[in-house]
Amino acid sequence: MNTRAPVLESAGSAKAPVLQVENLRVEFPTRRGTLVAVDDISFRIDPGEVLGVVGESGAGKSLTGAAIIGLLEPPGRIAGGRILFAGERIDTLGRQEMRRLRGRHIAMIFQDPLTSLNPLYTIAHQLIETIRTHLDMSERAARKHAIELLFEVGIPDAGKRVDEYPHQFSGGMRQRVVIALALAAHPRLIIADEPTTALDVSIQAQIITLLKRLCVEHGTSVMLITHDMGVIAETADRVAVMYAGRIAEIGAVQQVILGAMHPYTHGLMGSIPMIDRDMDHLVQIDGAMPRLTEIPPGCAFSPRCKEAMPTCFSERPDLARVGDAKVACWLFEGDEKTGRRSEEANAAGKGSDPDAARLEAEANSDIADRAKERASAGASDIDRKTDEIEGRTATMADGTDDILVQVSDLARDFDISPPLLNRIFEGGKRSVVQAVDRVDFSIRSGRTFSLVGESGCGKSTVARLIVGLYTPSGGRIEFEGRDLARIDGRGEIEGIRKRMQMIFQDPYASLNPRWRVEDIIAEPIRAGNLLQGRKAIDARIAELLVQVGLSPLDGRKFPHEFSGGQRQRISIARALASRPEFLICDEPTSALDVSVQAQILNLMKSLQKELGLTCLFISHDLAVVRHISDEVGVMYLGRLVEWSDAATIFDAPMHPYTRMLRDAIPDLKMTGQDRIPVAGEVPSPLNPPSGCHFHPRCPHVEERCRREIPQSTRRDGRLVACHAFEEGRLPPSKSSIPDDSIRNPE
Amino acid sequence: MPFTDDHERRQPGTTDLAAAAESGGTLARARDRLHRFVDSDVFYSFRKSPITVAAFAVTLLCFVCAFGAPWIAPHDTNDVATLDLMNAELPPVWLEGGDWRYILGTDDQGRDVLSAIMFGMQVSLIVGFASVIFAMVLGVGLGLISGYVGGRLDHFIMRVADVQLSFPSVLVALLLFGFAKTVLPRGMQDDVAILVLIFAIGLSSWVQFARTVRGSTMVEKNKEYVQAARVIGRRPLPIMLQHILPNVMGPVLVIATINLALAIITEATLSFLGVGVPPTQPSLGTLIRFGNNFLFSGQWWMTIFPGTALVALALAVNLLGDWLRDALNPKLR
Repeated sequence: MNTRAPVLESAGSAKAPVLQVENLRVEFPTRRGTLVAVDDISFRIDPGEVLGVVGESGAGKSLTGAAIIGLLEPPGRIAGGRILFAGERIDTLGRQEMRRLRGRHIAMIFQDPLTSLNPLYTIAHQLIETIRTHLDMSERAARKHAIELLFEVGIPDAGKRVDEYPHQFSGGMRQRVVIALALAAHPRLIIADEPTTALDVSIQAQIITLLKRLCVEHGTSVMLITHDMGVIAETADRVAVMYAGRIAEIGAVQQVILGAMHPYTHGLMGSIPMIDRDMDHLVQIDGAMPRLTEIPPGCAFSPRCKEAMPTCFSERPDLARVGDAKVACWLFEGDEKTGRRSEEANAAGKGSDPDAARLEAEANSDIADRAKERASAGASDIDRKTDEIEGRTATMADGTDDILVQVSDLARDFDISPPLLNRIFEGGKRSVVQAVDRVDFSIRSGRTFSLVGESGCGKSTVARLIVGLYTPSGGRIEFEGRDLARIDGRGEIEGIRKRMQMIFQDPYASLNPRWRVEDIIAEPIRAGNLLQGRKAIDARIAELLVQVGLSPLDGRKFPHEFSGGQRQRISIARALASRPEFLICDEPTSALDVSVQAQILNLMKSLQKELGLTCLFISHDLAVVRHISDEVGVMYLGRLVEWSDAATIFDAPMHPYTRMLRDAIPDLKMTGQDRIPVAGEVPSPLNPPSGCHFHPRCPHVEERCRREIPQSTRRDGRLVACHAFEEGRLPPSKSSIPDDSIRNPE
Repeated sequence: MPFTDDHERRQPGTTDLAAAAESGGTLARARDRLHRFVDSDVFYSFRKSPITVAAFAVTLLCFVCAFGAPWIAPHDTNDVATLDLMNAELPPVWLEGGDWRYILGTDDQGRDVLSAIMFGMQVSLIVGFASVIFAMVLGVGLGLISGYVGGRLDHFIMRVADVQLSFPSVLVALLLFGFAKTVLPRGMQDDVAILVLIFAIGLSSWVQFARTVRGSTMVEKNKEYVQAARVIGRRPLPIMLQHILPNVMGPVLVIATINLALAIITEATLSFLGVGVPPTQPSLGTLIRFGNNFLFSGQWWMTIFPGTALVALALAVNLLGDWLRDALNPKLR
């Protein structure tokens, strides 16, 4: 490796690209023919540049990364094209040479920090091994270097923690260690495959900031593969949008995000719910990305494209330069170039005055505004606003008139202590996790109430308590004013349960794979004896399938024949089968791609309107929550910390935790800006901090917060559980003032 | 229409198939199903593995020989009237003194070894299948309950299973046999010997089923489709039988196949020890035991041929089980 390094250095000293991919093609030979997973893509990455690669699942983005680093799983193989690293071909290198390159010059960061470290070895062992494999260092020097690396990625007390095992680190800390591993040999290129997807929002913000800082400091180039446009907007310099194995659009991040040219990118941007705006309807791209086995001839996007022309169905567009970006779309080829689109592109692409360009671009082509234009009624927004104000006063004024679900003092403990015998012989202690700790809220009929919070905050437990999957250890759940725990008659409680249904998170796990779709949907009808006779049931199934946007013929199929979005539709149909009034949705879109998420959210909104459903919506995604809900409750470590209506909670959050969450969301329009993420991690629910659970991370902490559990205080139509709020020493909300958040633009 | 989006794209092929099945009735549906089976990955992996195909052929041959024995066997060994001591201890045809009527030779009673193997295999297979089915029903049932209900019941069932495992299966069978011998009147013993054998072998192998099913049940019961069924208001028993059972049957089939070979061998062992089926209905194990007495006096064919048949049958079934395990394991696909 010592002989190779100088060659690579000299080659890279000019402004030559670090990585150049030319016409790369990745194939998977199967017995049913060859699948082309990555089809003729070309791009380059310059020194110090962050190239974002976005796309929905199955677009081929991860495979591109794997092909570059030489880790394609057989039978996948590179079937064409060239990969040049620092001017040298690397796709033809042998295994031995590739191994020398990997880790030394190109490093990789994987998605799941839980599995990318070996649990059997200490962090020190793993870091030193990596360092000594690639750099000529003594054991002691390597150890010193390892500690420096850990310090650099922000691990406190690095000198001591280096000798700990991976399980002693939290998820965010582990991802930092993985980054330290990647940086160990000072690589020139890091391929980061969804580095923040497995992490909570607040941790995600920390990791993004860290990655960005390190790249600037070390001059490392990064290929950032993710499905999250927000992460790309914050991190990347340029972005490539992939669709069905091809690059649809590639260009500077501002240009692509604010002035998207390809109809797919355009639709993708519109389908992302925005945190700072109310939208009645999301732009949606109908259908789903084609499976690899059935990619249509011509442009792969043509069947879903609203602006498709005859050429689109027969001929494949190549990437063509439009302004500063490249787009693979017939709309931009030759004479077809339409005025509107190029203007838009030019407005965003003008590089002379970035601020003016951004403002202009925002004015011209604000994503949210575009979404609004396309949404059906402009006036409904105003209606909703007034409605909300009325709603707020009514709920907060203890109006019990039309409250459908009332939860008071709800608590649930989980006993996770070892079995009795082990406790006796090994002296283990009884340990109890308070997953839900005295939560109060009420949902008025016809409204949507959302619970948000990071993983482990107890929001899903609340949902499962209400629906009866768990029994509460304290408190009451009232449905139409009747305490569910006090209803004795089995028939009666079943009658009430029938009126609440649940939609689950994972569309792949929530449908029994051995059942036909019609049987899945009919299950609540048959179980509750709601309809008699095969004919009546069949008719109802067909009606439900049509209602959720599927065809009655789909009833005969099995779940595996459907895509994720379609499965979630089936899930919704099943939930609606018993004609419930109250629907509990537990992260119904978090497993779906953005464009499909928009379809499902739109469907749920229209169904709610049509059927007058009351909803409890559980999510970690604040933007989705804002889009769908009337009122929002924020949970932290089992407690409800803030409860208000949706617009208030996001435009002027009060509780320091809500503010932190709000600030942690990557903002599509803040391209290229730095933010200071809130430090710290969610403490273990096993051993929560005393007093206010949030006090170790809170900027407004005082002595009282460490001792006393804050009670909810009601003011200005919102409930906040915070001592600082109660005492009136919270500064006014910052995030509603945009100037404050735009700091030191690059 | 309340929603604004179009129906998501569907694969044209499957729609046509579904439509055809709809219109053509049961015949078309059966043909469709057959077509899907021939086209499936499981069948493909079968076709691509010559060892599996060979194992399947051997198994099939054994089945045909065993259950077709009354029609295709050269002699009816159960009919004592056909036996002739003059033909006793004849060697196989290719040896000096061999007789074409008795291809694999005869035993000390003048019984045709080939026919005896065919009839014996029938007994072996019946005992094997019955005991595996018994073990499967017992084990799957207990495993389902154990995994789904959990808590103390789970602990109890699993500790019983642990105790069961600490006895060698042959010992369990011997104990049961001893018990049956003392309890049952003499006249009944021969009649119920086969039932006792099935019970004994089944009882010694249910633990494996129970453990596997319990494990998968604990995984499946936390999946959202089971929770959805609970939210819908289904009772535990329908949930176990309709939702969980079909989803845990894959590994059960694999264990059953492998256990079939094991059960056949266990039966042979017990018969060899003399506690198995009565001598009037000889199984492969009984034949081996009888032949064993003549092994050192030069009449090796009496024990070697039944032994070879046993090895071939057990090996073939085992290989089929291995293939099934790999074919049903999505990780290895």
